[in-house]
Amino acid sequence: MTDATHSSPRSINPFAGLMSGTVGPVIVVVLVILAIWYISAVALNTPFQKGLYERASRTDVPVSQLITDTLAQERPVLPAPHQVIVEIWKTTVQKKITSKRSLVFHTGITLSSTLLGFLLGTTLGILLSIGIVHSRVLDKSLMPWVISSQTIPILAIAPMIIVVLNAVGISGLLPKAMISTYLSFFPVTVGMVKGLRSPEVIHMDLMHTYSASRIQAFWKLRLPYAVPYLFTSMKIGMAASLVGAIVGELPTGAVAGLGARLLAGSYYGQTVQIWSALLMAAFLAGSLVALIGVLEKITLKRMGMAR
Amino acid sequence: MTALASAKDTEMVEKTNSASPNRVIDIENLSLTFETNDGPVHALSDIDLKIDEGDFVSFIGPSGCGKTTLLRVIADLEKPTAGSITVNGVSPEEARLNRAYGYVFQSSALYPWRTIAKNVALPLEIMGLSGEEQQERISRNMDLVNLSGFEKKYPWQLSGGMQQRASIARALAVEPDLLLMDEPFGALDEIVRDHLNEQLLQLWAKTNKTVVFVTHSIPEAVFLSTKIVVLCPRPGRIYDVIDSNLPRDRSLDVRETPEFLKIAHRVRDGLRAGHSYED
Repeated sequence: MTDATHSSPRSINPFAGLMSGTVGPVIVVVLVILAIWYISAVALNTPFQKGLYERASRTDVPVSQLITDTLAQERPVLPAPHQVIVEIWKTTVQKKITSKRSLVFHTGITLSSTLLGFLLGTTLGILLSIGIVHSRVLDKSLMPWVISSQTIPILAIAPMIIVVLNAVGISGLLPKAMISTYLSFFPVTVGMVKGLRSPEVIHMDLMHTYSASRIQAFWKLRLPYAVPYLFTSMKIGMAASLVGAIVGELPTGAVAGLGARLLAGSYYGQTVQIWSALLMAAFLAGSLVALIGVLEKITLKRMGMAR
Repeated sequence: MTALASAKDTEMVEKTNSASPNRVIDIENLSLTFETNDGPVHALSDIDLKIDEGDFVSFIGPSGCGKTTLLRVIADLEKPTAGSITVNGVSPEEARLNRAYGYVFQSSALYPWRTIAKNVALPLEIMGLSGEEQQERISRNMDLVNLSGFEKKYPWQLSGGMQQRASIARALAVEPDLLLMDEPFGALDEIVRDHLNEQLLQLWAKTNKTVVFVTHSIPEAVFLSTKIVVLCPRPGRIYDVIDSNLPRDRSLDVRETPEFLKIAHRVRDGLRAGHSYED
């Protein structure tokens, strides 16, 4: 009773404060996903488990035993979340980073080609957009190719890029990065073309009344105007880059990287390993996109555009 | 200089000789037709207009009468399809390249990522002035529009009236003899507009610039101008040119005088007559 009188009576409902912020809803969504995941795991793994019971001639297995067993299979159709978490823990914290069995090692490999590809793709995208915005000829001749480049399935073209580059003696990081570049230049090009064309007519007229050159108009008007567009397209480009890096690791014979983990996992039916690599890739993509978000906030604040 | 440009020059010299020495804008038989999918639109037709140094000229008329288009022709933002026009004795393009005018738009058109001082500095950076010269012009012109102390603010931190004053300071920083203003106070409420009108008159008296001012407000036109040009639409043409006999040095009280009302009445008549042969 004394405790109750000392604590300030801020809110009658203890959950009201929790749900008004962002933490509450996020936790709820995570719990819902976990619930769906567990239910699906039990449902999908039950047929295999029942087959095991039949062969062992066990007929009266209680439901609780069935559920526990379906969540502890070695090669489940759908591994349970805790199995994936344990696998990630084992392959990150409990392994040396230099070890080939370390997920951190493989993530690092994928990260390096993702970043290199993203850098090349963003640079290429910005250069292309500058050309397209300033030249009618480039607009007419380049834009259709830029768009059609993305209609080709990346899985089909990735082995070609690896093979062709290998034939000219380029192997290792660069071929994989090229596939990332191939995927990430597109959103940057399209976003920057839109951004560089976004200044209002009145702002372009103003530049005209000052008799500003095209270069001056670019640096003082078009480029600052395009900055928010650049960050938005870089977020998409970064995610595409990671996909490209993983896809690029598949045809190399699964030597290293998250793509290699996925491929090796599917060779040997190691679904837990596949899912841990998938989760790691998702986490990596989320972190990279969040990092660009932070850079965006800082940049816009320094430009005075964030209020 | 190319052959074309020098040919233009000789043409201009002839014109300047025939004009009075302090003629700023000389427009003869000027027409502008826009080709659209629905056929040609005669935005301006047979415009004749002369504006002298130190004049405050207002273009007034209903929407679609070509008043903004005429201002844009003077500023070389539109090219006429017929007739001739000189600004400071040369073609509008050359005048623009000489940075002969400052242009104030309907909205302030300030760059949101630049502070007010940096916005005023924009044309100075493009002109390639030294940092010192830029600083001097920024502080002088911001003082002229009573915006001292707001140098480090961003546009969104200022009221609409202050933003428009900042855009006037930006136009003045070029130090042009000619100021072209396209309904600069159109989006502001009447109290702010009255206040800015008074400030604009003081500024004009102080600097002795030539001002061409587009408006659709009769009181604003009569209060500000030494010459009022009434335009009417379809095709856009000049209906009446009224020389104001109000004293150059005037306050808002002048709006109660019979002379003011007489001029306002003539403007209103002109606008009405211009409309009458529509439909």
